[in-house]
Amino acid sequence: MPREVFAHELHDLQQQVIELGSMVDKAIASSVEALSALDAEEARKIIHDDLLINKKRFEIEEQALNLIATQQPLARDLRVIAAVLNIIIDLERMGDHAEGIAKIVLLHGSEGLLKPLIDVPRMADKARSMVRRSLDAFLSLNVEATRAISAEDDEVDALHDQVYRELISYMIEDPRTITRATYLMWVAHNLERIADRATNICERVAFMVTGRMEEFNVSNY
Amino acid sequence: MVVTQAQAGNVGSPFIESLAGKVDVAFDITGLNMWYGSLHALGDVTVQLPAHQVTALIGPSGCGKTSLIRCLNRMNDLVLNARVTGEVLFHGENILSPEVDAALVRRRIGMVFQKPNPFPKSIHENVAFGARVNGYRGEMDELVEKSLRQAALWDEVKDKLKQSGLALSGGQQQRLCIARALAVNPEALLMDEPCSALDPIATYKIEELLAELKQRYTIVIVTHNMQQASRVSDYTGFLLADESRTGRLIEFSPTAQLFTNPQDRRTEDYITGRFG
Repeated sequence: MPREVFAHELHDLQQQVIELGSMVDKAIASSVEALSALDAEEARKIIHDDLLINKKRFEIEEQALNLIATQQPLARDLRVIAAVLNIIIDLERMGDHAEGIAKIVLLHGSEGLLKPLIDVPRMADKARSMVRRSLDAFLSLNVEATRAISAEDDEVDALHDQVYRELISYMIEDPRTITRATYLMWVAHNLERIADRATNICERVAFMVTGRMEEFNVSNY
Repeated sequence: MVVTQAQAGNVGSPFIESLAGKVDVAFDITGLNMWYGSLHALGDVTVQLPAHQVTALIGPSGCGKTSLIRCLNRMNDLVLNARVTGEVLFHGENILSPEVDAALVRRRIGMVFQKPNPFPKSIHENVAFGARVNGYRGEMDELVEKSLRQAALWDEVKDKLKQSGLALSGGQQQRLCIARALAVNPEALLMDEPCSALDPIATYKIEELLAELKQRYTIVIVTHNMQQASRVSDYTGFLLADESRTGRLIEFSPTAQLFTNPQDRRTEDYITGRFG
């Protein structure tokens, strides 16, 4: 096949996105574990490792720009690179959300959690599953999957509402809980945004495959 | 005249709907076939080329793009054993009809070739010659200046109009040929790989010029260079030869669409370098 070098480089670019995705997935998982255990050491590691995620994102961006400059990609090849440039922004921001959760761990200081975490880990599991599967769809060009994944954003939104209502009731009952309840609201908000960004990835994958720009799931938040 | 959706759809390839009803048509081509002896070089091309726009024709060597462009100003009349059937309406008039004077067609529809081919005469005479032969009665110096200005060459040659056109650089020679074509006041300009013999700077100058010229002229350009097609054209047609070496129009779309989201797999494979 002609253009083997380019095909190889494009494939490598997609692999780099998957690697970035797994770094981010790990950060999200660790952030919620660190929160459950209020593990400050782990939280500091997540904050530090976010720098590596940012660095990786810029490396991929540079690689994508080099491909545009040197290979003049067109049609689907061009859409793949356009999708990569967008997806890495969403992934990098997801890393920031995980870092946000890690910072909330540190904010707790010597205080314990307001309550045992129930819905927050569920949100995290759901959001991580969405991210992972959206990247699978990116590799396998599966548009059907992207629609199904985007629809699941509503479930994460519903969990977010539930967490919000529960924390409001804590605050009404006892204003001394306001600080720690607010911390957990921020956590839920970070996870909710991660799911939104997984939906963005799905939209990009669909565009990459079909060439049509379409908004899948408009969030109420 | 405008493209109707029914017309736009009858080539058997995906033509975008948005063309319908929106664009003035310069060339309305229906069932165009062409043979060189027994070789069926161009098969059943039906397409409308918009007026005052740049249309690029792309495709691998031997796909019929030069044959097609040569049908648009009766250039194939000059080729031995060439035979053309079908209809090419230029602003409503069938220019393939035997009653139509081919020389007049070529005056209305100018052509610029791959290699610059100035006459072995002065720069001034290169531009003035065609106009004079066509009986131009106005102020010749004005026409020469106007044509050279339109071809973005005036500033470079205004002090040496008496020098030979052959003394110019390749890029300047090509712009001189464009000025020569413009001097007879054509309605359309056909360009057959006008930049393939030029360096990148000269190429960019011609490309810049096309953006200017399309305000006044309909331009059809054949190019091997897909980046050039994507830079300069508003619409792009992709041609491909079938198993019996007959060139066919596979897809015709607005350029941005053809290069970002082609509708035919063969177009996609060609522009992404999967074959060709």
